[in-house]
Formats: sequence, C-alpha cells, structure tokens
Amino acid sequence: MGLMGAAMRTQKWRLSSAALFGVIASLSTVALLGTSGWLISYAAQMPPVLALSVAAVMVRSFALSRSVFRYLERIVGHDAAFRGLTGLRVRVYERLERLAPVGLRRYTGGDLLARLVADVDTAVDLPLRVVLPWLQALLVSVATVAFLAWLVPGAGLALGAVLLIGLTLVPWLSARIALHAERRSAAARGALSNAVVSSLDGSADLLAFGATDLALAEVHRRDVDLTAIARRESAGLGLGVGLSTALQGLAVVVCVIAAIPAVVDGRIEPQWLAVAALLPLAAYDVVATLPTAVLARLRVRAAAERLDEVLAVPLPVRDPHRADPAPDHEVTLQCRDVYARWSPDDEPTLRGVSFTLRPGERMAVVGPSGAGKSTLANVLLRFLGYDGVVDLNGVPIELMDGDDVRGVVGLLQQDAHVFDTTLRDNLRIGRIDAEDDALRAVLARVGLAGWLSSLPEDLATRVSAATMSGGERQRLALARLLLAERRILVFDEPTEHLDPGTADALTDDLLEVTRGRSTLLITHRLRGLKQVDRILVLINGQVRAAGTHDELIEQGGWYAQRWATEIERGDLAALTAQIPPGTALTR
Amino acid sequence: MRPLDPRLLRYARSTRGFLILAVVLGAAIAALVIAQARLLSTVIVDVAQGGADLYDVAGVLALLATVFGVRALLGWLAEAAAYRTSARAKEQLRESAMRHVLALGPQGPAGHDPGAVAALVTRGVDALDSYFARYLPQLVLAVIVPAAVFVTILGQDLVSALIIAITLPLIPVFMILIGLYTRSRVERQWETLSRLSGHFLDLVAGLPALKVFGRARMQAQAIEAIGERYRTTTMGVLRITFLSSFALELLASLSVALVAVTVGVRLAEGGISFSAALFILILAPEAYLPIRLVGQHFHAAAEGLGAAEEVFILLEQPLPSAGERSDIPTRVTINLDQVSVEYPDRDGPALAPTTASASPGQIVALVGPSGGGKSTLLSLLLGFAAPTSGRILLTSDDAPAMDLTDVDMSEWRRRIGWVPQDPHLVVPGVDRPTIAEAVRMGAPNASISRIQRALGDAGALAEFELLPDGLDTPVHELSSGQRRRTAVARALVRDPQVLLLDEPTAALDGVSEQAVVDAIVRARSNGCTVIAVAHRPALVDIADVVVHVGGSPAGTSRNLSGQRPRKITTMVRDF
Repeated sequence: MGLMGAAMRTQKWRLSSAALFGVIASLSTVALLGTSGWLISYAAQMPPVLALSVAAVMVRSFALSRSVFRYLERIVGHDAAFRGLTGLRVRVYERLERLAPVGLRRYTGGDLLARLVADVDTAVDLPLRVVLPWLQALLVSVATVAFLAWLVPGAGLALGAVLLIGLTLVPWLSARIALHAERRSAAARGALSNAVVSSLDGSADLLAFGATDLALAEVHRRDVDLTAIARRESAGLGLGVGLSTALQGLAVVVCVIAAIPAVVDGRIEPQWLAVAALLPLAAYDVVATLPTAVLARLRVRAAAERLDEVLAVPLPVRDPHRADPAPDHEVTLQCRDVYARWSPDDEPTLRGVSFTLRPGERMAVVGPSGAGKSTLANVLLRFLGYDGVVDLNGVPIELMDGDDVRGVVGLLQQDAHVFDTTLRDNLRIGRIDAEDDALRAVLARVGLAGWLSSLPEDLATRVSAATMSGGERQRLALARLLLAERRILVFDEPTEHLDPGTADALTDDLLEVTRGRSTLLITHRLRGLKQVDRILVLINGQVRAAGTHDELIEQGGWYAQRWATEIERGDLAALTAQIPPGTALTR
Repeated sequence: MRPLDPRLLRYARSTRGFLILAVVLGAAIAALVIAQARLLSTVIVDVAQGGADLYDVAGVLALLATVFGVRALLGWLAEAAAYRTSARAKEQLRESAMRHVLALGPQGPAGHDPGAVAALVTRGVDALDSYFARYLPQLVLAVIVPAAVFVTILGQDLVSALIIAITLPLIPVFMILIGLYTRSRVERQWETLSRLSGHFLDLVAGLPALKVFGRARMQAQAIEAIGERYRTTTMGVLRITFLSSFALELLASLSVALVAVTVGVRLAEGGISFSAALFILILAPEAYLPIRLVGQHFHAAAEGLGAAEEVFILLEQPLPSAGERSDIPTRVTINLDQVSVEYPDRDGPALAPTTASASPGQIVALVGPSGGGKSTLLSLLLGFAAPTSGRILLTSDDAPAMDLTDVDMSEWRRRIGWVPQDPHLVVPGVDRPTIAEAVRMGAPNASISRIQRALGDAGALAEFELLPDGLDTPVHELSSGQRRRTAVARALVRDPQVLLLDEPTAALDGVSEQAVVDAIVRARSNGCTVIAVAHRPALVDIADVVVHVGGSPAGTSRNLSGQRPRKITTMVRDF
C-alpha cells in the first residue's frame, strides 16, 4: 500500500507485540471454553473434587488472561498506529512540500485537500482493522488445528479444512460482492449525484422558472433507481454473515463426528469429547471477523491509492546538487526568451518573454486572464521550471537553491493563506525573530493599525481566514512580505478576489509601500499604473506592448480599450453619486 | 448519543418495519442459540456418559446441523434486510432533505453551503449502512438474548442463574460509570484530534506561503513534535477508555469461569446432572456476547446517526411563510417603500432602505457600489427573501394594493423573466442540456421558432447557428458571454410582464450588448416592466428611472464564510 504501508512498517515490532498479545487473548478465549468443557465432563465421572482443582485454576487464569491481553493488545496496537500515523504525516508533508504549489494545482480547492488529509488519517485502520485481525485469525487457526490434530488427527484435519474456507473463500467472496455492488451502483450514484448537484447549484433558477418540483421529481427518480440496485445487492452483502455462521456449525459438527469414534474406540478419554466440540465453536469466532476486515482493507486501500496518486505527481522543479549562492545586495532580474508550461503535457503559457527589472524599478505586467501572468510569477519564485534565461545579477536561478531564490524574490499571492494561529505567529513567518514593535510598525504601514486595535488580545489574538475580510487577509500577507525584506517583490493579482472598493484601496496602499523598491505587479486592473515605471502587456504568453501608461494609451490596443471601460465605470460612479442613496431619479 | 433517535422513525418510515423484523429475528435467534446448546450438550453427554456411538447420535447431530443452518439463514436474512432498509431510509432522508432545502429558497439552509448539503445527502448518509446492518440488530439481540438465556438457565440451576443475574446488570452499570468518567476527557480528546488534523490541513493549505518565506521544510519537525504530543495524551485517555471494555470482558469471562467451576464442583459431588451442567456451560457465554458486540459497533453507529442528525437539523429549519393570493392584476406597478434587508450574521444591511417604483412600460436601472444590495433587491422581487423592514406593494388601476408577501409566489414568478448574474442553465432530467433545451426552460411549450426568436432578440441566434451542432450544442461548451445571452433568451421566451436583469450585458462585446439593449427597449414598448442592475452606461442611457442602491460603504462587505464559495462537484466526486 505504498507510502501508507511503508509508514506502518516502521512500527513492525510494536505491531508484532500487539499481534502476539491479541493471539494470546484469542487463544485464552478458545482455551477457556475448552478447559471448562473438559472440567465439566471430567467432573461428571465424579472424581474427588481435588482432582478438579488444576483445571479450575486454569479456567480462572484463562478468563483473566483473555481480558488482560486483549487490553494490552489494544493499548500497544493503538500506540503503534498513532506512531505510524505521525510518521506518515511527516512523509506526506515532505513530499507535498516539494510539489507545492505548482504540483498541487489540481488540489487548490479546500475540499480535495481535506480529502487528502482524511485519507492520511485512514492509515490507523490499516494495522488496527486489517493487519491485526488477519494475523490473529491465522495464528489462532493454526494453533487450534495443531492442538486438535494432536488430540484426534481426524478432527484436526476436519477443522483445518473448514477454517481454510473461512480464511480464504469467505473473505474473498465478501470482497468480490462488495466491489461488485459498488460497480453496479456507481453509474446510478453518479446520476443521482449529478441531479442533486445541479438542483442545488441551480436552485434559484429552478425556483424562478417554476421547475423546482420537476427537479425534485428527477432526483427522486434517480434515487429510486439507486435504491433498487442497492436492494438487489443487499442479498449478496448479507452473505458473509450467513456463511460464517454456517461454517461455524459445520466446524462443530464435523469435529464431533470425527471425535466420537475415538471416544467409542477408547483412543481418547470421554472428557475430551467436549473439548473437540467446543474448540471449533470458539476458534471460528476469531475467523468470523474477517469479512469485516476485508471490507476495511478495501477502504484503506482506496485511501492509500489516492494518496500515492497525489504523491506520484512529477516534481515541477529540482534543486541543483551544488547550488550557487543567491545575490545579497542590489539585484537585477533579467528574463530572456522565457518559455514555460504548467506541466509537460500542456501547451506553453509563456512563449518567449523577455524583460529586465533593475534595482528600485517598478514594473507592471497586465493582460487578459489566461495570458500567462501567473505562470511568470511561478517561474520567478522558482516554483516552475522554464526554458530560456532567468538570471539574478547574471546567475541563472536554475543554479541556485529554490529557498535561496525565494530569499531574494518575495511574493504576495491571490489568496494569501492565514494560518490558524496567533497574529504574531502569522506575521513572524516573514521574519522569525521580529519584535512586537516591528510587527506593530509594519501593520501600521499596511493600514491595519485600526484593525489591530479592534482585536481582543492584541498580537496574541488567534486569527483565521474565517474571521477576517478579504482585504484584511491580503494586508496581513503584505505585512508578512514587507517584514521579510526581500530585494524583489512580486505581486500576483493581489486584488483578484476583492470587491472593487477594497481592491482600489489595497492597490493604492500597495503602490505606496513599494515606492523605491524593485517590484513586479501582475494585475488585470489598470488603476494606479500611472505610477509605475514601465508596463508590459502580456497577451497569449507574449509581450505585445511595453511602455508607460501614457505611451500605451497613445498606442491603442488592449491597454487603451481596457482603460476606456475603466473610465466608463468612473462615469457611472459619478452619475450614481448625484442620486441620494436609496432613492430613484426619474427622467 | 441516543441508540435509537425517534426522529429516524419519523423521517425514515421504513425503519419501523425493520425494527419489528429485528425483534422477531432476534427472538428466533435466541431460541436457536438455546436449542443449539441443548443439542450439543445432548450429543456429548450421550457419547461420553451414555456410551452411545455415532449411529445413536446421528439424529441429534443432524438436528444440530439444521439449527446452525437455520441460524445462518436468519443471519443472512437479517443482514440483507438491514441493507434494504438502509437503502430505503437513505432514499427517504435524501428526499425530505432535498425537498426541504429547495423549499428554503436559494439562500439555502443556515450553516450549510450547497456543497455541504450535496456531500451530506450523497456520501454522508451512507454511514447509515453500518448503523442498520450492524448496530441496530445487535442492540435488539443484546436485549433479547441475555434475557432468554437467563430464563433458560434459571430453569436448570439456581446458583448459575444467580451468578449471571449478579454479573450481567453490572456490565451496563460499569459501562455507564466508566463512560461518565471518560466522556469529558474523550470529548476533549476528539477536539484535539480534529485540531491536529486541522493543523496538518492548515500547514498543507498554507504550503505556498510557507515556501515563499523559506519556512516549509522546518515544519516537518513541528508535525512530528505535535503528533508525538498528541499520541501521548491520547494514549493516556485510551488507557482509561479501554478499561471499560476490559472490565466488560473480565466480568464476562470470570462469570463463565465461575459458572464452570461451581457447576463442575457440584457435578463431582452429584449435586447437578451432567447434561444440565454442560448445557449451562455452553449457554452462559452467549448471555454476554451480544452486549460486547454492541460496544464494538458503537463507533460505526455514531457516525451513521451523526449523518442522520445533520439531516434532521436541516429538516427542522423553519420554512419561509408563503402567501396565497393569486388574483394578481395583469398590469401592476411595483412600489418599494423603504425596503431593507438585514442578516443577523452580517455587519451592515444587505440592502439599505430604498424607495422606488416601476410601472409597465418603464425601464428602471439599479446603480450603486458592488455589494450594495442590487442583487438582493432583485431577490426580494422574486420572493427569494423577505424584506426585514418596509414593504413591496403591487398596485394597479382596477384593484386595491397588494403586499408582495401575501402573493402566491409561484403565480407571481410565472410573470417574471429573470436573468441572474451567474445563470445556471439547468434543465431537470437532462445532465447536459443543449441551448434549445435551456431556453425552453423559460416556456416549456415553446415551439422551436419561438425559441429561435428569443435567441435572435438576445443577439445570439446568428452566432449559435454557426456552431457545428447549432442549437443542439450543450450549454457547458459555451463561453460565459454566450451563456449569458442564452439566459437572456430563456427570460425573453416567457413573454414576461416583469423582466429582472442582473448585469445582463456583462462579458458581452459591443455588438451583442447592443442587441440585448434593443431587446430590452422592445420589451418596454410591449408594456413590460424592466428592472435591470446596470454596470455599463448603455443600460443607464435607456432607463426611465435610475435607482441608487447603496448599502454598506465600500470595503466592509465580506464574504460570510470568509472563503471562496466551494465547488460542489469536487465534494461529491467520490460518491
């Protein structure tokens, strides 16, 4: 099971002890019933009571050891499983760390990521619900068969045959049936899920056009289909339980049949007949857990496969073995004829981009969505491989360690992540030893002084994405970036998911704090770009035009058109301002 | 957790029949367990003491095999019935949940986004399988079997019955005592567990940010350290939690041992018959087994009931009150009188008090800052939400004024053509609707020529007819501008008396925009009341009335959940 199995194998000694305890507990259960049967049968021959005392002590000890060892098995097993889980988390994290962010693009939706994390958590079921039950069933079967074979070879053979069916055929059949049921219902589930999703997604449209009842009827029709399949499959799903009981009965009956002639012939004493009858009864109980274990295995395997699938994504970037140092003073960034694509199978989204960013220069990259703007940001941060030249002071960033490149080039993302911890710790991600005064100062610079004073516990307040507005989140991320004091600042659509008013205010502040610093502002909004030194118009992965705001307006083209609509929006706002809010102007 | 939620019986009626079946099967299984012990002890006693051989006991053995066979059959039957019941119960829960959620209106249930609802009614309720197949039948057995076994043993031997009578009730008592002691600690532990998973998720989600600042690699140690800390505290709690099952097992096995030893000693002294002694010995463990199994299935059951509980919470959200008047005059003027909307979980009004009116043959343009409540105003007119204060009156020359809240909404909506900001071109029963099917949603009986005319009015027909599949092109293959014009056609095909448009020309080029503007002007001359959210001057230029809708000042509107809306499909992809 790939990475999950490997993480659990590190705990093999603990898991082996847990298995051993479990086997002792299960064998004690078997022995408790066997010894009691022997005791009663022997007592029936009316021996002196003292002759029963050894058996009586054994009965009590088995009763005690069964409970004690079961308890130990649970404790040791869970301990091992949790250790394995922590190990797995670390391994998964280390792999994800090398993939992020480009290798994880498909998982940017919070739900897929949550699913991934839940799959990691499933790992504890691998030892506890799959491996330990199997080991116990196997070892208890072997031990019981061996003992019975010593007593009455025929009975041992008979029990062995029945247990073999219980160990192989029944779990196999249960798994087959479960998989079959799942395959049969997959299409119906898909159809139902489509109807549910489209009804919920389009609930407003359905209501407005009077089609809600139609949609509900459709959901119901598909639901009935699925239920009909589930009902047809129910007979198969119950088979495992029925077979287990039947085999248990078979085991008892065949062992009794094999043992009776031995009693009649005098090969064994009469008191052993009860043992031959009761051992199979108890032993089969251990094997009867396997249909459940096999279903758990299917579930764990699916989780493990999903996990391995994510982790098998090829690394988007490899660090060099011997890295060149990154520059540590004035930095010139030069791109020449850069090509880049999101993954080897994709078309390039950057197709021959060249520019130079000199120390202290502020440049904007604008263009329609899909023009390759974000690709550029990911190349510059060394998140994504490229063809062509990307140099810092003449040294290709390919020859540097990724973390060193990012020590020079900082980034503010579209949706900056707010960690679920204190405000102080969130900021210190930018600079780990920053003093509180520095934190306060930087919050003031990004316009969060008022927000800070509204927090109940000042810098120690626990913050999270849910309690902050989009504008506050981006400002917090900006503060983090400023604290880190990178030579070059890259902003990748920092206002993308903000409403226009908030976006305008953030853009203004952002241009204010980057004055005099090497800055690359990637955006599709044109507000404030009069202030930057140079603007590149990126369309379809290529630089179509470059110049200052005024030059680009002069040239016409995409920039000028875009600017016209922004002006238009301004006119509309001016008209709106003439009407008092909440009232109508009749013409 | 209550083992059997009465609401489950109410909302999933199929559960009732199953419960009766479970009791009947439980009683039959109890009888078979007793018969099995009796037959097995008879065989052993006859051979070991009576000197019988295989031929003498063949009949009893055959009977024993039959009993096992019937038990297997009943077990199979019970399990199959459980899965059938579960399938039916899930269907019933899904159906009521969907009906209720859609009746709650487009805002949906409080506290659940559509993605969460979809995940709940598809994957979520699957957890009920274990509840029905494992927990519930075992619960019934745990009541019937111990009682039956006890009564049977009582008829055989008073001392053994006494031992069972003393120990059996101790088991639930112990469980409750230990449960009470550990519950608060376990709950705290669950909280830590979810916080730990949350911490891991938080780090993984924040990986890009951590990498930007060169902090990603060092977090591996943090994950390990926190995992270790969590493990030690969890194990501390588990040691106590497992004590409850330890006590249970110990009581059960010691009672069996006690029964065996006391019976054995009295047997040696001649105080009890061999057959009675063996019968009791085989039967005694069966009294404890079902109770232990209930404990084992507890977690699976809790998960299933948890999902059901979430459905019940949905179902218990009150539905908005519905008006009943359907005698709406044909030509009405819509009057907004200081209408405002506020949501308890949002700072600032969603719509600040607004006064305006719109008459047939008028175009009313709504302007104002984004987030100011323009779309909210349209949803009021559609009856998706009710005003918190103020009212919406429908007036006409030949009838008294009518409050919109008293009006039968389905009747009112029949007159409305609506173009939402983000149109969903859904068609019930069609997973991938075509352009023609999507437009026909507006008027189910529309002829193809009427659909073509509507598309022509929306400035889309010529372009769509050039597509390889023409109007049979699936809408999901269209660009956002094309989809918007399809939505405009869907509204126009109704020949509406009221046209509500939310930025109908967004994402349209100049030519298409003009076509839509022309269609709006045409609708006005046909006597239609047009209310449009305008973000471009072209729409404002043709308006007879311009309304400034301004709610909260710019910059303070916030997404309620603090996150981008989730994509539903990703939540249910593994259903």
